[in-house]
Amino acid sequence: MFRIECPWCGTRDMVEFTYVGDGTLTRPALGARTGHFEHVYLRANPKGTHVELWHHVAGCRQHVAVKRDTLTHEILATGGPGEVTAARDDVPKGAAKGETGGMA
Amino acid sequence: MSEYRKSPRSPLPSVAPPKSRPMRVADGGRIDRTRRLSFTFDGVAMTGFEGDTLASALLANGVDLVGRSFKYHRRRGIFSNGPEEPNALVRLRVGARMEPNTRATMVPLYDGLVAESQNRWPTLAHDIQALNWLIAPWIPAGFYYKTFMGRAANTRLWMWFEKSIRRAAGMGTGTHEADPDDYDKMTAHCEVLVIGGGPSGLAAARAAAAGGGRVVLVDEREDFGGRLLMDRETIDGEEGAAWAARMRAELAALSNVRLLPRTTAFGYYDHNRIGCVERVSDHLIEPEPHRPRQRLWSIRAAEVVLATGAIEQPLAFADNDLPGVMLAGAVRAYANQYGVKVGERIVIATNNDDAYRTACDLDDAGAWVEAVVDMRPKGAEPTLRAAIKERGIDILHGWAPVKAQGTKRVRGLAILKIDETGKPVGNQRAASCDIVAISGGWQPTLHLFSQTGAKAVWDDAKACFLPGPPRQRERSAGACAGRFTLSECLEGGHAAGLDAAEKAGAARPTLAAPRAEVTPQNPPRAIWECPKPVNTPGKRFVDLQDDVAVSDIQLAHREGYVSVEHLKRYTTLGMGTDQGKTSNIAGFAVMAAARGVEIGRTGTTTFRPPYTPVALGALAGPEVGEHYAPLRRTPMDSWHAERGCTWIDAGLWRRPRTYPAHEGEGLFDAYIRETKAVRGSLGLCDVTTLGKIDIQGPDAAEFLNRLYINGWKTLPVGKARYGLMLREDGLVLDDGTTSRLGETHFLMTTTTANAVRIMAWIEYYLQVVWPDLRVKATSVTEQWAAMAIAGPKARECLATVVDRDLSNEAFPFMACGPCVIDKGVAGAEIPARLFRISFSGELAYELNVPADHGRAAWERLMAAGAPFDIVPYGMEALGNMRIEKGHVAGPELDGRTTAEDLGLGRMMSSKKDFIGAQLARRPDMTRPDRKQLVGLVPVDGKTRLGQGAQLVAADAPARAGSLAAGGAPVAMIGHVTSTGYSPELDHPIALGLVENGRARHEEVIAMRDPVRGRETKVRIVAPVFVDPEGERLHG
Repeated sequence: MFRIECPWCGTRDMVEFTYVGDGTLTRPALGARTGHFEHVYLRANPKGTHVELWHHVAGCRQHVAVKRDTLTHEILATGGPGEVTAARDDVPKGAAKGETGGMA
Repeated sequence: MSEYRKSPRSPLPSVAPPKSRPMRVADGGRIDRTRRLSFTFDGVAMTGFEGDTLASALLANGVDLVGRSFKYHRRRGIFSNGPEEPNALVRLRVGARMEPNTRATMVPLYDGLVAESQNRWPTLAHDIQALNWLIAPWIPAGFYYKTFMGRAANTRLWMWFEKSIRRAAGMGTGTHEADPDDYDKMTAHCEVLVIGGGPSGLAAARAAAAGGGRVVLVDEREDFGGRLLMDRETIDGEEGAAWAARMRAELAALSNVRLLPRTTAFGYYDHNRIGCVERVSDHLIEPEPHRPRQRLWSIRAAEVVLATGAIEQPLAFADNDLPGVMLAGAVRAYANQYGVKVGERIVIATNNDDAYRTACDLDDAGAWVEAVVDMRPKGAEPTLRAAIKERGIDILHGWAPVKAQGTKRVRGLAILKIDETGKPVGNQRAASCDIVAISGGWQPTLHLFSQTGAKAVWDDAKACFLPGPPRQRERSAGACAGRFTLSECLEGGHAAGLDAAEKAGAARPTLAAPRAEVTPQNPPRAIWECPKPVNTPGKRFVDLQDDVAVSDIQLAHREGYVSVEHLKRYTTLGMGTDQGKTSNIAGFAVMAAARGVEIGRTGTTTFRPPYTPVALGALAGPEVGEHYAPLRRTPMDSWHAERGCTWIDAGLWRRPRTYPAHEGEGLFDAYIRETKAVRGSLGLCDVTTLGKIDIQGPDAAEFLNRLYINGWKTLPVGKARYGLMLREDGLVLDDGTTSRLGETHFLMTTTTANAVRIMAWIEYYLQVVWPDLRVKATSVTEQWAAMAIAGPKARECLATVVDRDLSNEAFPFMACGPCVIDKGVAGAEIPARLFRISFSGELAYELNVPADHGRAAWERLMAAGAPFDIVPYGMEALGNMRIEKGHVAGPELDGRTTAEDLGLGRMMSSKKDFIGAQLARRPDMTRPDRKQLVGLVPVDGKTRLGQGAQLVAADAPARAGSLAAGGAPVAMIGHVTSTGYSPELDHPIALGLVENGRARHEEVIAMRDPVRGRETKVRIVAPVFVDPEGERLHG
């Protein structure tokens, strides 16, 4: 079970959160006729770094963007929605905001 | 074959059966001989001492047969003295506390203990299925796959044999009675968690604790000390066991240290979370009052020290499963820790130095050590060799065990000289003995390490797998890091403890490591498979628990199952309760030899939690029965209970189902009576559980416009509107009424089932998708008690209660607004919100009051309704009336229906965009022949329709044609979603989804309900049965 650093509450156990989904998606703008199918159905299944959304349902009820290595479960960074980007090298390892996960 | 003879010493002891003589030595051992404990095994009364395990007590009583093997039902004795035990599985305790498959080696003896052997019939000594051994050549690895799969799967062969095979190939049986004991759960956090309380773990805990951080030390055995209790070594001049006791006392005195003996760390999970189970009461005949049997610990540690030790491996030679073949380290432990001499005449067979210590210790305990058979050409390190020679014990260098002799137990060991490659040279010789103490070297206990996702690496020099680079914040110390000698354990444990504390933020204290004599060792020989000369009968067992022999692994290799994961599944090597703790290495070595590769290249199978079996009761903890999930009660719950309602679960809520008028009024009679009462006069229903979400802000109307398919900007203050939401994929998500309480203030209602989901849905869109909208939303479901007052007399009744003009002009259908109950009456005034909405189709109002006033308001309405014969009505009547009105609910909003399917397509606004708008327009979502909502009535006017029943064409064949002959299944054209009975129409009614249903009204089709055994013709009708014009609710 992970520990996730909520930007508003601090580090909390995974049981307080609900997994929402891919955090890199952008919903098509209101009125847009295209892009909905891709938004709803098409997902990458990355091995390695991934940004996902977790909902702190048993805490502050805010959505938290979590940059996580899907292979090692290492959490590299957390922030508000849109605050965490997918590129791995933008957050130097060890200096990451959310590196409280206990990875050696 | 020449008899092996050692140099003559005193007269040789006989190898008579052990029952004829005491096995307990006169003194010694770490047992309390003043406390004698009684127990029974298979009904035979025996005694042991405080400090015994069940295994040591059985051995002391001369019991050499403790179980029957899994497949061949061969006789098996105690093999080890620890968690790795493959043979001595017993059923413990009686009645509801019965527990199968406990390892006798890990069961602490207590007064009154009752144990039984398993997997035998009628008795352990005379097991009829031992006949399996005679057919062993015909039941090789993969027997079941080969016999019952493939072509045979189409026959009834497997079904015929399954029952008897499952009974024969088995572990112990449990009980069907409910567990009377309690289980507890605990969460702990610490800077350093030390797993394993042997010399390494104690040294690590001592060093880590000096840093000042929180330290937890867990050990699976009854007391700390590990091998220090089983061996005779000294630390800083102090006897090992005494040092361990002193360490325990010193650590216990520290406020920052928590000691958890009898606690198994069974799983290493993400982010340094370790699952442990503490056996709080398993050493007692039953738990003390208010104490749990076991306690599940979830420990989150900043740093972990793994000091999990090592497990001695066996050697594979013919009939090595006979009772009397034991691990050398265990033989020594029984003598040193429990004062039990497991045999009188012992042969040691080894590929490493450690077993030499067994020879010394057993000689000192008074046993006759016949010889040390060392598979290495050069043998042990010189001081060890000298110690053995000094005792007059012969050492045979470069010899290997070939076959254990004896039928019921070991009576001798055949041995053979082997060359550099392990091939036999020369003739066999035999040694008489009653114990063969074997040692295939020690394998680090890497279970927890591997569970972190890190990989074990093979070490040629040490002939074992060692922990590779860590993946989590942990380090291994002592034997589990391949550093087997006591001095290495103490040094490694000390360093690991200091390192862990420092990494967790503590300052490095000045503390000297405990010291022990440095004992050099010669390397082991990486050989486990002993030669089997032609014409030597017997199987060379590798996995004792699963009856897997060398020949099975070689067969798997020949048949292509060469990866260790395939090997495991094909042969069952390493399965069962012991998960291959004493068999995997030898098994992998046999496979590596068959493939002609290095053992390191075969790798290991994946280690998964749990390390040893964990009782399901411990995992469930206290969350059983009514504590399994929280129960949500409405503010009027106590009234319903007092009124004697029947209940129905709605998610976590409980809601009244019916309110029986008298004892014995059945479900049907009750809800029909309630339905009639509402339609005839007046009824009151608790609707608190509907989700209520308060939505406020300047952009609230715009937000609702995006959530719902219909428009909200034109809704005036003081009005409610029915709304429908889609998912992003265009299918219906939820429905409900939403009221405009103020210009920027809305109250949304959702279905009971979706209340939580819709709240999260709203939060997602406000926080992630449209954070620019100035809107806030809060769940107020529990802040308001809600009740529906429905029926032709609703206005008349309510007018006597609230302070509003309820006339059709002043408060028309879909009006809403604040009101006060009993305005001006001191002490009875209740502020409320009133909504003129109707689910029943009658003239109806919904009243919301602050939750604390819920019961008072309810009672006030019941009193005010008395002149109109008001009845409370439950979920059944509520659901029945909504079916009469054709309102959709959960069974229709099943995640597969579109708004159009439900006849609500016209609600979809074309003037705005909303969630799901685009994908709802996909061709398949708008096909005319989709399943559409219809009403259904039985043609015979009386057969009840079944929810979930299939709808087929009226002339559909009774059965599908044979698929093999190219026949087609009976085409399903729809299904029944909701069923009820209309008292007004006086016949059963239902809602259903039927292909192109709206165009098929009055068509007769067939309902097939094989689950309930019903079949009838039904007529498709419009999905509104009562008051189709809606005159009543507007009245």
